[in-house]
Amino acid sequence: MIVGQQKPLEEIWEMVKDRKRLLVLGCNTCVAICHEGGNKEAGIIASLLRMKAQKEGVSIKITEGGIERQCEEEFFAPAQTDIDEADAVLSTACGIGVQFIAAFWKDKPVFPALNTTFLGGVEQIGVFSERCQACGSCVLGRTGGICPISRCAKRVLNGPCGGSVDGRCEINKEIPCAWQLIVDRLKELGQMDRYEELSPLQDWSKDRAGGPRTLKREDL
Amino acid sequence: MREKRTPRTSSRLEKILAEGHLAVTSECGPPRGSDGAVLEKKGAMLKGYIDVVNVTDNQTSMTRLCSLAASIRLKQAGLEPVLQMVTRDRNRIALQSDILGAASFDINNILCLTGDHQSFGDCKTGQNVHDIDSMQLLQMVRQMRDEGLFIGGDAISRPPEMFIGAAANPFADPFEIRVPRLAKKIAAGAEFIQTQCIYNMEKFEAWMQGVRDRGLHEETYILAGVTPFKTAGMAKYMRSRVPGIDVPDELVKRMSDTPKEKQAEEGITICLETIERLKEIEGVCGFHIMAIEWEEKVPEIVQRAGLYPRPDLEAPGQEPAKVATS
Repeated sequence: MIVGQQKPLEEIWEMVKDRKRLLVLGCNTCVAICHEGGNKEAGIIASLLRMKAQKEGVSIKITEGGIERQCEEEFFAPAQTDIDEADAVLSTACGIGVQFIAAFWKDKPVFPALNTTFLGGVEQIGVFSERCQACGSCVLGRTGGICPISRCAKRVLNGPCGGSVDGRCEINKEIPCAWQLIVDRLKELGQMDRYEELSPLQDWSKDRAGGPRTLKREDL
Repeated sequence: MREKRTPRTSSRLEKILAEGHLAVTSECGPPRGSDGAVLEKKGAMLKGYIDVVNVTDNQTSMTRLCSLAASIRLKQAGLEPVLQMVTRDRNRIALQSDILGAASFDINNILCLTGDHQSFGDCKTGQNVHDIDSMQLLQMVRQMRDEGLFIGGDAISRPPEMFIGAAANPFADPFEIRVPRLAKKIAAGAEFIQTQCIYNMEKFEAWMQGVRDRGLHEETYILAGVTPFKTAGMAKYMRSRVPGIDVPDELVKRMSDTPKEKQAEEGITICLETIERLKEIEGVCGFHIMAIEWEEKVPEIVQRAGLYPRPDLEAPGQEPAKVATS
């Protein structure tokens, strides 16, 4: 899923303070799981902004709303009236949702309430961590199911680098060394012989480097 | 004496190693400014005492004068450089291009590295490139030299002629892949290896045993890295703060128990003792003396270690220095 994190309230305030009728619009899928941008969090952000507006003596009508998914037009209908009544939207979706809302309501400014942080999973309650960079050429089959592109600070394909100490990354002791995890996993799988296979040059043309990516399914 | 091998390039380092001599290399960090005279001064200190000098590439991610320009300056000052290149800052186009630039000045040695993470340096918010890694850089330079081809497949009009090296850290984790990792670097094309600084001799000997068990010491030349401590503080710092360096407590204690004014001398003594022990290890083909911001001590270390004078490649029939054999 996509993980996001709320921007500081001050930063949000600077973006929206000159509006008259602001809708805070939640997105109740990915960013709801990390409790940052779901419909509930949109309500909380709206309350905080109302308090801020009152404190600053600024008159803005701040309402809240939400839909299940901001990255797909099919889900937009329930938000139609709310958006029509607002002069701007503060979206609590990821960057994708923000852009789809902006593309659909062409006359409304749309602001992001979150920083989209990574593609990850729920490690434990309240802990989310990155697992994928959407590079477009998955290497997990060669690396024991652990991704060195998203989990190694240098995305080293033939690791580990010399900075791996006690299973931790040189940049931060909180971060496990991806290549230590890979070696441990290959050992568990009885595949240590695979460690010496040289990973070829990665084809980054399927990554961001190749330009914006599109997937077309002719059968749909 | 080591068996002679046939050199493949006109690198002075390769010739010295192929002849069976114990090689001596050192390093020169470019300045944080554009004053090339700094390099010439450092080079003059080392000249004649070492065979080749490594030129570091924005080490610890601190922005410095580039390793390519610094290598050219040192070559013009009469030293033979080892161009260090990290994959952190350049994509495959820039790397190949800089290799050709170096080759156009007949720079004959390259050390292929990944590089420290940018968070250690002065551009913490910068992007890192890592289009390829150090193993892939080794493969790339080998292809450019041996096949005369760019990685895109086109022919290179005058291919680079470089002796190709890599770094090895026998002390990083996980230890069990340290020998396989060396094998992988050799398979990728590493013809010489410069190790991380050695303080934990037992761990290094265990690694070398593993290296010999697989015959890897006959497939590459291993230069053992040493760095003298200048102060007890430096020993402590390297023990606790530098990732991938293993300083045993007894060495830190030995430095700390030495009066402050004698610590520098004690550091040199430890370094010389280390070199003596390393000379006895089969498969060690030379020494990489990294005297960090202390280049002026390199001549003394080389002399006192019995590694001076350096072999004169012009003089035929010179007896190589004694190396350990089993």
